[in-house]
Amino acid sequence: MPRLTVADLQKIKEKYKADFTLREGGYTVKIIVHMGTCGIAAGARNIMTAVMEEIAKVNRNDIIVTTSGCAGLCAKEPLATVELANQPPVRYSDLTDEKIREIFREHVLGGKPVEKYALVTGCETTY
Amino acid sequence: MEKVRSHLMLCAGTGCVASGTTKVKAALEEELAKKGLSEEIKIVLTGCNGYCAEGPVMAVYPEEVFYQKLTVEEVPKLVEEHFLKGRPYQKLMFREPEKKTAIPAMKDIPFFKHQVLRVLRNKGLIDPEKIEEYIARDGYQAVAKALTAMTPEEIIKTVKDSGLRGRGGAGFLTGLKWEFASKVPSAVKFMLCNGDEGDPGAFMDRSVMEADPHSVIEGMIIGAKAIGANYGYIYVRAEYPLAVKRLRMAIDQATEAGLLGKNILDTGFDFELDIYLGAGAFVCGEETALMRSIEGKRGMPRPRPPFPAVKGLWDKPSVLNNVETLAQISPIILNGSEWYRSLGTEKSAGTKVFALTGAVNNVGLVEVPMGIPLRTIIYDIGGGIKKGKKFKAVQLGGPSGGCIPEHLLDIPVTYEDIVATGAIVGSGGMVVMDEGTCMVGTAKFFLEFTADESCGKCTPCRVGTKILLDMLTDITEGKGKESDIATLEDLSRDIITTSLCGLGQTAPNPVLSTLRYFKHEYESHIHQKWCKAGVCRNLTTFWIDEKLCKACGACLRACPSKAIVGEKKVPHKIIQELCVNCRTCFDTCKFNSIRILPAGFEGDPNEFLAKTAAGAKEEK
Repeated sequence: MPRLTVADLQKIKEKYKADFTLREGGYTVKIIVHMGTCGIAAGARNIMTAVMEEIAKVNRNDIIVTTSGCAGLCAKEPLATVELANQPPVRYSDLTDEKIREIFREHVLGGKPVEKYALVTGCETTY
Repeated sequence: MEKVRSHLMLCAGTGCVASGTTKVKAALEEELAKKGLSEEIKIVLTGCNGYCAEGPVMAVYPEEVFYQKLTVEEVPKLVEEHFLKGRPYQKLMFREPEKKTAIPAMKDIPFFKHQVLRVLRNKGLIDPEKIEEYIARDGYQAVAKALTAMTPEEIIKTVKDSGLRGRGGAGFLTGLKWEFASKVPSAVKFMLCNGDEGDPGAFMDRSVMEADPHSVIEGMIIGAKAIGANYGYIYVRAEYPLAVKRLRMAIDQATEAGLLGKNILDTGFDFELDIYLGAGAFVCGEETALMRSIEGKRGMPRPRPPFPAVKGLWDKPSVLNNVETLAQISPIILNGSEWYRSLGTEKSAGTKVFALTGAVNNVGLVEVPMGIPLRTIIYDIGGGIKKGKKFKAVQLGGPSGGCIPEHLLDIPVTYEDIVATGAIVGSGGMVVMDEGTCMVGTAKFFLEFTADESCGKCTPCRVGTKILLDMLTDITEGKGKESDIATLEDLSRDIITTSLCGLGQTAPNPVLSTLRYFKHEYESHIHQKWCKAGVCRNLTTFWIDEKLCKACGACLRACPSKAIVGEKKVPHKIIQELCVNCRTCFDTCKFNSIRILPAGFEGDPNEFLAKTAAGAKEEK
């Protein structure tokens, strides 16, 4: 590490912000990919990968991704839930790589739920 | 793929490493790779999490799920359930002793819930071996503020106003100590850190040095600026290899980053820091002895005054602060003295870290605001006494401290209130004892330690502690004399008033405080040859109450000297000639049918016990 100045301390703090958003909380968007056996069989793994790629592309520190178990609607897998701060969560069903990327652009980044793919709003949250 | 979606904060403190962190980490890595999760889930090794009894422990973020007692065998299931499928794995979660439901979130677990973290602010949240992670949590911001925007007088005033008192034991005001040293003119001064933690059962400082070494270094830089020192040492015992390793690493990183050495952060201030390894002598925790040890001489105290602030290391003005004290400096500088005073009491501000050990359910490191009742620490955080036994006393302050009995458990934990009981806050060792503890034996244990660790320079400590120890040994062996209690009290006071340093001045405290609250135990040892707790072998007779015995055979099987006879449905009996008084049967019996009587007891046990019980009631 080169010698630091006072300004560098702040820069390092910014650089590590994503790590500490995960550990300390303070995220604004949470995306839950349902990865029960049924979800994985229906392709949830690809949905997860797509989400992670999209986040990496936009370089946002305040979006976190978690997994959760079977949501009970095995016929409509893969499912994912998007929770924006202070808004009811929206659950999407029958997802594909393209659909989730569209949801990411419109809902996560744009703030507008994509109604045509939405199954329900205001579902339960996970711990 | 760059995005990491989850961090597994695996504890790599000494306790958890001993319970298998390294193997668990390898298993986790292997399993995550198998499931293709290596890139999106990151394992971070942290310093001590504090919940040492159930290690290895791990916190999973962002869900904040807490796992304990991890094993290599459970890892595949854990990875599949939680990290792949998102179902937190109940089997490895915390459970309350009496209720069997699993508690997933760290913030809901009683052990963590009641704690307020200031000293341990980074515990389990950062990788102590990476300076960047420390900086990301506001690390070195206080150094930047102190070196660029504050004068030494302002730093001292802030620390003084905060009311921060030295956490090493004596509780002297840190700001005042700094002020004394700052006013002594000298071209060379020293800023020192005392990491010579020696109390049996105490491990607060080790944990801070392991989990957050930069917080200690940062406090030292600020202290050095305040008193005008350009050189410093961290004195740490060689028995703390992990702490030494992490401190060295932290010093190297900070030096490379220009946070130590010449011209820190381009402010023109120089501070060079080194580590000095102690050989583990208890007396070297005393400040003047510690300084002699750094000079390469035999670690022995010298009379004060002159105080180290005037003549310290190599006779130069020096300040010695404890690890925990130094770790609190940077938040005080950043947030101000009022913030610090928002917790604690008028005379005991802020928080204190305790090493909670002994007969409590949750053993570990706890940080609480000063002023909370002892009972909260032992029962809410500590989860009460193991195996549902009865509380007897809590020992505070190690060999310099004393025992606090049940009826004083509601006193607030402050320097003044604890001293009033005859114990001291000390460095924060808190050993909980249950009903099966002999208090004379406890005093003897601590005297064994201090008599052994006495450096030998002054007679009251060298000879006095040995005589105390011999008398206590005699009492526990049944050779106690009528006059012993008065002699113990007298001698203790003499040692306290005439010893040269803190070691001798406090060594008799365990004797005095057990005499104060448990004098009846000394008396029954001396007069009746009866150790009611059944610990002192020469002072017991074990006897089975046949009316209560269920003839289950448990004690019979457990007895190492085959001194118990009996069979199914026939109440058991102890053959006194074979009994070695080891108490194994007493601890084994589930029906509470074994009684402890005086040595060489003859007569009717029932009658005797009834009479003693009535006598005890009358006394009350």
